Amino acid sequence: MPGLEDLYREIILDHYRSPRNRGELPVPPAHRVDGYNPLCGDEVVVYIQLDGDTISDIRIGGQGCSISQSSASLMSQAVKGRSISEARGLVRTFRQMMSLHEARIADSGAPGGAGAGEPNGGGAGAGEPNGGGAGAGEPNGGGGSDDDQDYGGEVDLDALGELAALQGVVKFPVRIKCATLSWNALTQALDEMLSS
Amino acid sequence: MADLNPSGAAGEHRLDVAALRRDFPLLEREVHGRRIVYLDSAASSQRPRSVLAAMDAYYETTHANVHRGVYAIAEEADRLYEDARLTVGRFIGAPHPEREVIFTKNATEALNLVAYSWGRKNLAEGDAVVLTEMEHHANLVPWLMLAEERNLDLRYLRVDEDFRLDLADLDRLLDGARLVSCTVMSNVLGTIPPFADIASAAHAAGAIVVADAAQSVPHHAADVTALGCDFLAFSGHKMLGPTGIGVLWGHEELLDAMPPFLGGGGMIRDVRLDGFVPAELPAKFEAGTPPIAEAIGLGEAVRYIERLGVDAVERHQIHLTAFAQERLAEKLGDDLRILGPRGVEGRGGVLSIAYKDIHPHDLAQVLDQAGVCIRAGHHCAKPLMRRLGVTATARASLYLYNDEADIDALSAALADAGSLFG
Ligand SMILES: Cc1ncc(COP(=O)(O)O)c(C=O)c1O
Repeated sequence: MPGLEDLYREIILDHYRSPRNRGELPVPPAHRVDGYNPLCGDEVVVYIQLDGDTISDIRIGGQGCSISQSSASLMSQAVKGRSISEARGLVRTFRQMMSLHEARIADSGAPGGAGAGEPNGGGAGAGEPNGGGAGAGEPNGGGGSDDDQDYGGEVDLDALGELAALQGVVKFPVRIKCATLSWNALTQALDEMLSS
Repeated sequence: MADLNPSGAAGEHRLDVAALRRDFPLLEREVHGRRIVYLDSAASSQRPRSVLAAMDAYYETTHANVHRGVYAIAEEADRLYEDARLTVGRFIGAPHPEREVIFTKNATEALNLVAYSWGRKNLAEGDAVVLTEMEHHANLVPWLMLAEERNLDLRYLRVDEDFRLDLADLDRLLDGARLVSCTVMSNVLGTIPPFADIASAAHAAGAIVVADAAQSVPHHAADVTALGCDFLAFSGHKMLGPTGIGVLWGHEELLDAMPPFLGGGGMIRDVRLDGFVPAELPAKFEAGTPPIAEAIGLGEAVRYIERLGVDAVERHQIHLTAFAQERLAEKLGDDLRILGPRGVEGRGGVLSIAYKDIHPHDLAQVLDQAGVCIRAGHHCAKPLMRRLGVTATARASLYLYNDEADIDALSAALADAGSLFG
């Protein structure tokens, strides 16, 4: 039986109480995407500023539950200053974590231990801030398909850093949409910006 | 509506909740190792064994299609189905239950039937329809769909600061209105508007009146004549019955004059290759094989409520609503707000709770861990959410099997959520 402590980790509550990168950016030059969770009415607004290939600034608006708001806050921290392809890699890894079956997550141990056995050579340099293996060798994901990387079913939790705190959400399936709301908005923003 | 009458003084003949809970198998289960505390009956109630048994018995001994068979079990099935119609009709005071009670899938379909059939026959460009800001989407979207098609003039009674309908504008809104459709009890606020007053003003203005009684029929003695409505819609699953069955009651003359809604078998008197003649009421509005077992289950649900006593059920609701308001205020103080009228006058047992700025989803999640089932979300009333300035509420709703211990569990679990997020 999953307990509340699996869901409401301290990092999550901290980001909920003190959300990072909260606010707005002038549009244009920034780009804005609104995400809605039709189930609960939660909304998240993502503002993104690109500088060349880099996400130079990001702000989060909207309102919602602790999971959607902390996920957005954690996301903003994780992608700020990253390249687009790194951000896309992070999105893929995060989504993968959110779609994993409960048992898999349980097997993969605590955040930091990148999964016993790690068949998929999580070569993603544990501890390295920019590890993530996300889109390595793929300078500009160029809007490439979402599954151009095969993780062999293991999530590289190290690459996610603090975001790994959200892994407990998987055990509460109705809340997954809360956690992915801002990430979908981020993806949409990147797609729209690159196609315009 | 709170007619605390007849079989004796209030307080007499109270529900024996401890005993009747044993009729509800689901309430015996545990969740997360805790006794289940079911406070979501406004979304859907649980059902007693007698309802399940009636449906099982029908399938095990009597099942055959209705209306067409000449053999014994088909006739029996037909009789059970029509008996259910009479039972339900009697329950809501229908003058001609055998013709005026239409079985539908749910309240939503019943309201759509009125909008589609009465509305498309009678409403033209510019015609005014009066609704309220506190309607469920089931009583909004069918009219919005028709308004799009016919360019209707939709008008709304507003919700005031006390979470009641603001009737100051009523006469102006009714001026020239063809139809008024209003909830008998709000599924978010618990508000019970003065329906009969609205209906008589609407009639005086020449409008017909539709009652969305999905929340009220389960709890209050419903009487279509006292309410003064022309149509009344509700669902079986919120009143101890099964899912898949709802009811539209309508005045015979109105129903007679309306074109059919869905077409198919059962709803015709004759079909040729170049046309058809619809059947008489109520078959005209019951195309296809109806939900027979579900109708029988609903009939049994009505009998269950009648055995407990409609007045006792209503008194219990009032008592528990008052108890909940007091207990929550006492235990949780000013951190707790109830989005709905204070007291028990003009309100039912639906409590939309705001606590310490904790998001409703998080409240519901923490409560679930304590076995307490409440609903978090917009409750299919997004315009009302906007009016209240929130995206969601946490809603606890009470029914005849809830008791003081359930309220205490709610209160304790809310306090837990308060310390987690505090
Ligand atoms: C006031 C009100 N009207 C209509 C409905 C629709 O009921 P159903 O979904 O059973 O059709 C509901 C159910 O939530 C309700 O509360």
